Amino acid sequence: MIGSTTLPPSGTGAVRRFLREYGHEILVALAILALLVGVGLYNPRFVSARNLTTIFSGNAYIAVAAIGMTMVIVIREIDLSVGALIGVLATISGTLAVSGAPIWVAWTVPIIAGAAINAISGILVAYARIPSIVVTLGMMAILQGGLITATGGTWISNLPPEYLLAKMTVLGLPMPLVWAIALTIAAGLWMRLSPFGRSLYLIGGNAEAARAVGIEVPRRIVAVFMIHGAFAGLATLLFATQLQVIQSTTPPNLELIVITSAVIGGVSILGGTGTVFGSSLAAVLFATIGSALIFVNVSAYWLRAFIGTLILLTVMADMLRRKRTMKGA
Amino acid sequence: MLKRHGHETVLAGLVVIALLVMSFQSAQFLTTGNMLNQGRLMAEVALVALAMTFVIVSGGIDLSVGSTMGLCAILTGVLWQNMGLPLGVVLAIIPIIGLICGLFNGFLIIRVGMPPLIATLGTLALYRGLAEGISQARSVRGYPEWFAGIGQGSILGLPTQIWILGVALVLAGVILGLTRWGRTVQAIGYSEPAAHFAGLPVNATKYAVYAVSGLAASLAAILFVSRVSTTRSDMGTGLELDVITAVVLGGTSIFGGRGTIIGTALGLVLVQVLKNGLSLAGVRGDGTLVLIGVVLVLTLVAGAFMENRVRR
Repeated sequence: MIGSTTLPPSGTGAVRRFLREYGHEILVALAILALLVGVGLYNPRFVSARNLTTIFSGNAYIAVAAIGMTMVIVIREIDLSVGALIGVLATISGTLAVSGAPIWVAWTVPIIAGAAINAISGILVAYARIPSIVVTLGMMAILQGGLITATGGTWISNLPPEYLLAKMTVLGLPMPLVWAIALTIAAGLWMRLSPFGRSLYLIGGNAEAARAVGIEVPRRIVAVFMIHGAFAGLATLLFATQLQVIQSTTPPNLELIVITSAVIGGVSILGGTGTVFGSSLAAVLFATIGSALIFVNVSAYWLRAFIGTLILLTVMADMLRRKRTMKGA
Repeated sequence: MLKRHGHETVLAGLVVIALLVMSFQSAQFLTTGNMLNQGRLMAEVALVALAMTFVIVSGGIDLSVGSTMGLCAILTGVLWQNMGLPLGVVLAIIPIIGLICGLFNGFLIIRVGMPPLIATLGTLALYRGLAEGISQARSVRGYPEWFAGIGQGSILGLPTQIWILGVALVLAGVILGLTRWGRTVQAIGYSEPAAHFAGLPVNATKYAVYAVSGLAASLAAILFVSRVSTTRSDMGTGLELDVITAVVLGGTSIFGGRGTIIGTALGLVLVQVLKNGLSLAGVRGDGTLVLIGVVLVLTLVAGAFMENRVRR
């Protein structure tokens, strides 16, 4: 799965290798395209500039959050608390913004706070050896309950206009879209090319081997959880600045959507494989499906059933593929 | 005794301390009325937690219990009000639906080979999605009086739930601790390959464990719907957190192989005492959520340290 960088590939071999390595990502991209064309023919308003902006820009924060989740799942861990974390960080950021703190403070604190909060989960997972699923289940309860207890459920309004990052544009493109693309490419290249990034695949694929070649696995686990927290902070900036108000509740099922994006994007839940290109594309696919349901007049209440089915089908396909490669080898 | 049941002893001590502290905090706490009512309130979580103990002891996990409960609750309302089936028939169908939900989890885990965590995360979304899709977020009300009797009535002066819980508790305790089947579950959780080579029916046992988990969730749904006399698609949301907390608090190893029903029962009581005591002391529901999270994490940390010491 980790592509070797030895021989310069030639001609059709390069194409074939690209297809083999990024087959899943291409599949997801094709699915998006098929949906856009199919539903677009049924209802042209689906592919109107306005709706496309809503789909791509409005859900960019999910792609950003899924980048960090991808790293967590690649090292064979999981984080159920990311939705609650984003809710907490949004309230922290919004409170700073309305209390007159400089805007850059309101923008950077969530990123640092995200990393700091997730460091706790990481330490419990890496050093106390508690399964990440239970640690983050507990963290989810603490963050969710703590948020509502602290705020009493009030909303933050009167956000200063210069704080609303998600409403800004770069070269005519909405800021969230630019961020999602830039962060995906940066993180994707980092995971593929840097020694640290590549070590994550080894940790997820074979932790024993990683230890044997001298990688300090527990320290990397904490680092990955912190990086994931920082990405949650970045996602928060895009999420919290979309509207004029910040609700002091956690977005329902956000962790599920983020995890699903990673899984549907080809990140194996068994660790060791998957790219952030896949997870970001899957986040877009997700948003497209959600919007398409509305345009073909299917009640949005069915959305979660679709999500569940998609998770199960993707993981099933992953299991079958693994069985086949094992037999082939 | 102390050596073998150290965790349970410590837990029982904690329960007593919590009871004492809470009864000093509020005069209403240690009254018969309040105690019986708490027993009524904890029945749904407790039923599912008893089944979850088997699941976790077998080395698995079931995150879909809350959604199964939601789906069963919704179907109770829809089958009765929209499809016009007699409520008695519906009450016979719902446990079957719970069984099917559990068996489907088993299918994904055993036949397809998915990790239990991810399979039940998927069905958590799927079952809740079905509940939402089927109900279209409409609630069902107006249940007949006899039905409300299940969840609100009493038998010989004790709430119905206490009787059901008592029977379930004894049944689960005997099965897990004293029968061959219970030991099979423990063996699977301790080492699945070893259980397999010992000739134990690994797959059949795992199917049964997940089926029982689904069944318990459906019974919890019936109790819950009857107690509150309405049906909503978000019923049971977050149930898995309460349940897993109680089981893990009770000393069941999250890695499987070890756990007792007594432990789970004590874990359930401790959580309920804390919840009730805090609410009587004026702490809002969300504050107790924080506490449950903290208790869960601290228990796990303590358990991890104890285990490390034993290994050394």
